[in-house]
Amino acid sequence: MRKRKGNKIIKSAVFFGSVRLAAAVTLGILALLLLFILVKGVPHLSLKFLAESPENMGKEGGIFPVLIGTVYVTLTSVLIAMPLGVAAAVYFSEYAGKGRLVHIIRFFTEVLAGIPSIIFGLFGFAFFVVFLGMGWSVIAGGITLSMMILPTLIRSTEEALKTVPGAYREGSLSLGATKWQTVVKVILPCCRSGILTGLILGIGRAIGETAAVMLTVGGSLKLPVSIFDSTRTMSLHLYMLASEGLSQEKTYATAALLILIVLGINWLAGFIGRRLTKE
Amino acid sequence: MRGKSLKVKETIIEKALFLCAAGSVTAVALITLFIFSSGYSVLRSYGPLNFIFGMDWSPVNGEYGILPLIAGTLEVTAGALILGVPAGIGCAVFLAEMAKERWAKLLKSAIELLAGIPSVVYGFFGLAIIVPAIRDWLLPAVQKIDPDVPASGFSVLAGAFVLGIMILPTIVSMSENAIRAVPLEFREASLALGADRRETITKVLVPAAKSGIFSSVILAMGRAVGETMAVLLITGNVPKVPTGPLDPAATLTGTIAMEMSYAGPEHQSALFAIGIVLFILIVILNSIALAVMKRFGGAV
Repeated sequence: MRKRKGNKIIKSAVFFGSVRLAAAVTLGILALLLLFILVKGVPHLSLKFLAESPENMGKEGGIFPVLIGTVYVTLTSVLIAMPLGVAAAVYFSEYAGKGRLVHIIRFFTEVLAGIPSIIFGLFGFAFFVVFLGMGWSVIAGGITLSMMILPTLIRSTEEALKTVPGAYREGSLSLGATKWQTVVKVILPCCRSGILTGLILGIGRAIGETAAVMLTVGGSLKLPVSIFDSTRTMSLHLYMLASEGLSQEKTYATAALLILIVLGINWLAGFIGRRLTKE
Repeated sequence: MRGKSLKVKETIIEKALFLCAAGSVTAVALITLFIFSSGYSVLRSYGPLNFIFGMDWSPVNGEYGILPLIAGTLEVTAGALILGVPAGIGCAVFLAEMAKERWAKLLKSAIELLAGIPSVVYGFFGLAIIVPAIRDWLLPAVQKIDPDVPASGFSVLAGAFVLGIMILPTIVSMSENAIRAVPLEFREASLALGADRRETITKVLVPAAKSGIFSSVILAMGRAVGETMAVLLITGNVPKVPTGPLDPAATLTGTIAMEMSYAGPEHQSALFAIGIVLFILIVILNSIALAVMKRFGGAV
């Protein structure tokens, strides 16, 4: 009897020890990754780095055109995906019944969310760059990314719409407003911050995306002027620097900046989301 | 009169919203159409079986066998799961059952933030730390036993390490949700029957949460198979079937990304055909995950 009990205690100790170890390894390695890149990269960040043009393919100088390219591509994708995503979510949550057709559309949205980014890149290349003749450009990359972030936007907007109490809808409808008036004047204003959260998450995803962008925006280091110019985003720039081993310093700086921006964006989304739940 | 035009307007709006909702169907249809039609010509001329089971990928000589790439993808993915799944589930158990509430919340939101880190950053981390670590620490030891081992450090193992890290946030976050969703009564009943905390966790909670945990692993697997930038930088991109963890490997995704920029027409078509294989693989994996979640009422 006593021996069995001792056995059990040892087993417990081993089990909890290994769980603790697993947790420590997981958290430790993720922290190491962040700290390593930030510690090596942040000291090389400066206003000069942000405001200057790159020289020697990025070996020297800054990343100004890359920043502008990133903003361009991201804005394009969000401007296209946002109206579509919100409209789709409004349809799903306010208009659609439980019909077969709706079920099928939902299934395809899930499929779209699961497609790997390189496939989006291939498609963007075949369709926008070649078939529609856009060439490697901001617009080709932007539309490709908008397709990628669409499911995120639909899902988060729908979640937000769900939080609006049914009484609001009934109140508005009983006052004689039409369904559309109810949506525009009552429901959407109620879940502004929820929609904003989804928008910010979409932006974060668009900025971090590389594979899809690689095959659609080209990679020019010139300052893009029109949306039909080729450009390079930050994540693509990081890949180019890393794969060509041009400059350790610039690579770490770019990686650190990318991490800071993406973490900042996701933190902001979380912050707004938490405020939403308090409301 | 006014009422009628209002009604017409409402109907038009509803139709327009429906079209927007159907946008994702259009997107998936277009993607499928273009990937398949672009990849079709090589699949037909080279033969689908030769394509999938061919051992030789050398586009310069017109050889398009992708078995080495499939093997590379599967080995890297398997490695990532072997390294990432136990650590991730362990961490989920820790956060759900052992950590103090405040700490658990803090750590979990930190981990979810990490899920947003771009994959190219993970790839760069692998290139800067893991590849050199394998080259400088592990390889000298291995070379004493087997002098023929490839010495670059770019390898299946490096890829598995980085992907293993990348899938951690997915696994931890989803598995933790699943474990937390197990009703409190299960815990109480188990403890009341005299089981200790270890037995409650391993014999009651984890089995009860298994569909959520399983889905997280499948989704992580899909993520690993579809991941491009991280593996591109660290597996070495040599299209040969890797025979050991220290061999370099090329993956399906990495090959597409690497070779697209300079490929001729036939070669390009072959890369699209790889896209077809990848597409089908991912859709199957995600459908399994979805089905499992639905079937067991998914605690996710």
